[in-house]
Amino acid sequence: MELYKLTIHELHEKLKNKEISAKELTESVFKRLSETEEKIKAYLTITKDEAQKETEEADKNIKSGNASPLTGIPLAIKDNICTDGIKTTCASRILESFIPPYDAAVITKLKKSGYILVGKTNMDEFAMGSSTENSAFGATRNPYDLDRVPGGSSGGSAAAVAADECIAALGSDTGGSIRQPAALCGIVGMKPTYGRVSRYGLVAFASSLDQIGPLTKDVADCAVMMNAISGHDPCDSTSANIPLPDFTKSLVKDVKGLKIGIPEEYFIEGIDKDVDKAVRDAIKLLEGLGAESVKIKLPNTGYAIATYYILATSEASSNLARYDGVKYGLRAEGKDLIDMYMETRAKGFGSEVKRRIMLGTYALSAGYYEAYYKKAQQVRTLIKMDFDEAFKKADVIITPTTPTAAFKIGEKTQDPLQMYLSDIFTISVNLAGVPGASIPCGFTKDELPIGLQIIGRPFDEETIIRTAYTFEQSTDWHKRKPNL
Amino acid sequence: MKITKKEVEHVALLARLKFSEEEKETFVKQLSGILGYVEKLNEVDTSNIEPTSHVIKMQNVFRDDVVTDSLPREKALSNAPDKTEKFFRVPKIIE
Repeated sequence: MELYKLTIHELHEKLKNKEISAKELTESVFKRLSETEEKIKAYLTITKDEAQKETEEADKNIKSGNASPLTGIPLAIKDNICTDGIKTTCASRILESFIPPYDAAVITKLKKSGYILVGKTNMDEFAMGSSTENSAFGATRNPYDLDRVPGGSSGGSAAAVAADECIAALGSDTGGSIRQPAALCGIVGMKPTYGRVSRYGLVAFASSLDQIGPLTKDVADCAVMMNAISGHDPCDSTSANIPLPDFTKSLVKDVKGLKIGIPEEYFIEGIDKDVDKAVRDAIKLLEGLGAESVKIKLPNTGYAIATYYILATSEASSNLARYDGVKYGLRAEGKDLIDMYMETRAKGFGSEVKRRIMLGTYALSAGYYEAYYKKAQQVRTLIKMDFDEAFKKADVIITPTTPTAAFKIGEKTQDPLQMYLSDIFTISVNLAGVPGASIPCGFTKDELPIGLQIIGRPFDEETIIRTAYTFEQSTDWHKRKPNL
Repeated sequence: MKITKKEVEHVALLARLKFSEEEKETFVKQLSGILGYVEKLNEVDTSNIEPTSHVIKMQNVFRDDVVTDSLPREKALSNAPDKTEKFFRVPKIIE
């Protein structure tokens, strides 16, 4: 068995029992990388030299009996999470040479746990996109079909995990950017509750929606990663100061009496037949294990995308004002200060980023604020109230993660609205701030992975993990690997 | 919602972006299309509904007024495209 194929929890056992060394494990992952990365293009930066040093440190700690669950485990990090001394580009020309002078809070935590950084992964520029095609440095490929997208915006992280080019990864999710690529690449991805994980050092896209989360090969690894990255941080005033559970305690195969909410608004025309069937079969399986499904309504679902594309772009237009060619990043020459700003931003940003800045600036501009921004904030309240109501009847909500499996590269790049609509099932979760995960639940006729979305109450990732674990332990979907 | 080329130019100036004539035409089409889609929010009755800017109910997060370490100057300047020993350098602003 090649070590790179294994999970965090399997490898931790082997490391702890001294069956393998961190050095052997890291070498195995980098060997895999050298064989498959040319096809997948999951990474923007590969940190082999740094990894060697970290591996020596990890082996010392393991030897002296100080192995945490992530000591010596090679992980990939999305390139919008700041890593001290290592390039963090957000897949944008404007940050092409940016080297952060500090670590994101999640990186500080992972460093303390003794993880090994494999590299920084590709993404849609500034996390704006659903296919990773909006990267300024080229598209990432889906390991199950190299002509298809891995999803996005955390497409590099998802493809790297699915292709065994790392053991697990971190991504960020503003409207589905962890769950959608996890679904399209056949792995587990979780967007924690807003406030569960510190956003300090995550390059901001839409601050009221962004959240960092794990992409892993199975549910147990998801729990291990959640333990490692969660918790209050004084550097992020929106991180919640509440007691932290041990998420691995929820790795229990038991859904007896669990109430699963099925929202009729999510089983609509336009869903791929294979996706629809796989999700319905998954619900049946959970019912067979003792769960009870209840019909619920999320009546404002149809307004989620419109709401999101006003709020997220408005926040983005404000957040991205900082790229002015002064403090860091690209600077282009201009005839005066304003012209320098405009030239810099015209050269530095790609077309989707510009489109969203334009839309957000328009929505916030004089005369339109009430009609667009405030209206969208009010609809957001209604969407959140839908979830509050639904969770009175249900412990979790189950839906497809995406309406279709992975689409072809280039298929949706010409029509931004079509691309936006591919996030239809994931966006409401960010607007409501609740946690959601995607786990593998089947394959289409074309052998493409299908994702099951499990949504939970605020700060109840534990019930999501228990439901996901119970399903996973009763199926083999997570064990499939792409032929590379 | 039809957005005009003049509006595109106005918003571009607000956003400190610059476009070619061809790009402006594309934006007229794409932004009109997206805003047309967003119009559907007008179907929703939002009278007496409070706007949500943040899902977590928290206000005024304070901390004790104690001095802590901050980023050293060299590090803060390390990514600057143009700088002097102690400052970021920008094009001349005041005549």
